[in-house]
Amino acid sequence: MTNFLTLTRMRIELTLRNKMFLFFSVIMPFGFFFLYAGVFAKGHPVAVRYLLGPVMALTVMGSFWGLSAALVMFREQGILRRFHVSPVTASDMLASSVVANLILTMPTIIVELCFARFIFHVMHFGNLATALFLVALGTMSFASLGLVVASVTNTMQETQVINQLIWLPLIFLSGATVPLVDLPHMVQRVGLFLPATYLVTELQDAIFWSAAVWNRDVLIALASLALWACLTFFLSAQLFRWEPESKIPRRAKLLVAATAIPFVLLGIWENHSSRTISKAQAMSESLNAPSKPDDHSK
Amino acid sequence: MTDSILQVEHLVKHYGNVQAVRGVSFDVKEGEVFGLLGPNGAGKTTTVEILEGIRAPDSGRVSVCGLDPQKNPEKLKHEIGASLQSTSLPEKLRVMEALKLFSSFYKRHRDPEELLKRFGLEEKRNTFYGQLSGGQKQRLALALALVNNPQVLFFDEPTSGLDPQVRREIYDIVEELKREKKTIVMTTHYIEEAERLCDRVAIIDHGQVIALGSPRELKERSGNKTRVEVRLQQPDSPEILKNLEGVTECRELNGAYILQARRPPQAIVSLVKHLEAQGNELLGLEILTPSLEDVFIELTGRRLRD
Repeated sequence: MTNFLTLTRMRIELTLRNKMFLFFSVIMPFGFFFLYAGVFAKGHPVAVRYLLGPVMALTVMGSFWGLSAALVMFREQGILRRFHVSPVTASDMLASSVVANLILTMPTIIVELCFARFIFHVMHFGNLATALFLVALGTMSFASLGLVVASVTNTMQETQVINQLIWLPLIFLSGATVPLVDLPHMVQRVGLFLPATYLVTELQDAIFWSAAVWNRDVLIALASLALWACLTFFLSAQLFRWEPESKIPRRAKLLVAATAIPFVLLGIWENHSSRTISKAQAMSESLNAPSKPDDHSK
Repeated sequence: MTDSILQVEHLVKHYGNVQAVRGVSFDVKEGEVFGLLGPNGAGKTTTVEILEGIRAPDSGRVSVCGLDPQKNPEKLKHEIGASLQSTSLPEKLRVMEALKLFSSFYKRHRDPEELLKRFGLEEKRNTFYGQLSGGQKQRLALALALVNNPQVLFFDEPTSGLDPQVRREIYDIVEELKREKKTIVMTTHYIEEAERLCDRVAIIDHGQVIALGSPRELKERSGNKTRVEVRLQQPDSPEILKNLEGVTECRELNGAYILQARRPPQAIVSLVKHLEAQGNELLGLEILTPSLEDVFIELTGRRLRD
């Protein structure tokens, strides 16, 4: 336990000294924030509040980039080997990555909320507790996704390619950039298989419609993200490699498919019920309607 | 074998079709500096990494501090210290932070301040790892190997790639540890290093121990003969050179003739006379005192660095 804590501290300090971190965890999320709030929402407080969910989801999801790259770089440079001859375990190393990532992401989210409050005069943030729960669990889930990417890729180049392949559908098919309701019907159906879709929709639900933690949809999203995080973390611990020259067996890569199970099942169910799409539609309509957004909190 | 702290028996390790270690056996006594000497790719690092518990053998028995590295890796890691080959630390980690970080992982630990002083890194305490010179990085690697005051130290090629001045600094450190009766297992492909630092040496080639003993024993076993290396204008026959007065052995190696001589002056005189008679000329001549290199050449027909 103490090894995990000291490693977490080290990871935080090292990340803060890294210029890449400044870009991915500060400049990029705040860039998205001001683009959404200032340009898309035209600074209108209600619209800013509506778009806070997608903005926060982008911040949460972006964290997996740096994490997978850092771990692969540690392996390629032989840094992990040095830890391997010490009593540090693979779980210590992986858990410290996830927790350090969580600790580093939360302040960015808080600053985004402060910007919304003090620059764009958003007076209500709906159910902030629900939103923060989703942010915390989302950050850990996407960090675990980063760990899996680091586990199955052998080089930094491979990692960057896989990250791109994951990142693009996550941001374009989930409602994080183009609202879910504006996507073509077929694309919406594909989006329902992505964890990002539920993170975006439920963050919006929490902030715009004040959904409580015990709201059924929030609970489903939280449970799916938690189950996904457990599967990805477990798999990355199983596939963890300390040595730069040890390559992943091709068979092991198939196991990665197993981590998709929670969202494949949820996607099938949602495609059948269309509840998430209907909710996104209703939220979009209520943005343009004169009624207060909090009215839909039940 | 009663006072041995480390035993290796019939160790075997393959990488695909390549047999990296082929039945290596040796033991290391407590307080001894034991060297694994051999060319690159001989299987030294693989052997050491199996002993450290970071690589699994295919077969054979290994015991370090009474523990099997495969069965008790966590326990073993508290008892050993290691300076690995081709390893690194995060660029933006400061020297003192690295010492404190690694020290925090162990049940037993030494004072990081003392290690900083001992390894001459006091002035570099707040320097990032990425800004250290090669020698400073290596000194830090050795300091990190000592943070848990281990029973056995593993130094894998501790001076590889370092300039001669820094190499001598590392020798001083190892000699100091030797005086403290630390058990050290080190790999090297430098003859000078093995002769100067090691109490006993196992010469490894193609994954096998081909000779084992103290540097003096090994040299005596090969006859303690002086090596005379000559380069000639025209090729000659090693068989003829071997029969010259004062020469006991001759072989051709990369264009040079290596003569083993019990009485070097006599051998050189007879060689010069022979060359004059043949109308051949001497392009170069080097007289080398007996070393482990001779043992290696005698056993393998190759130089260590070939």
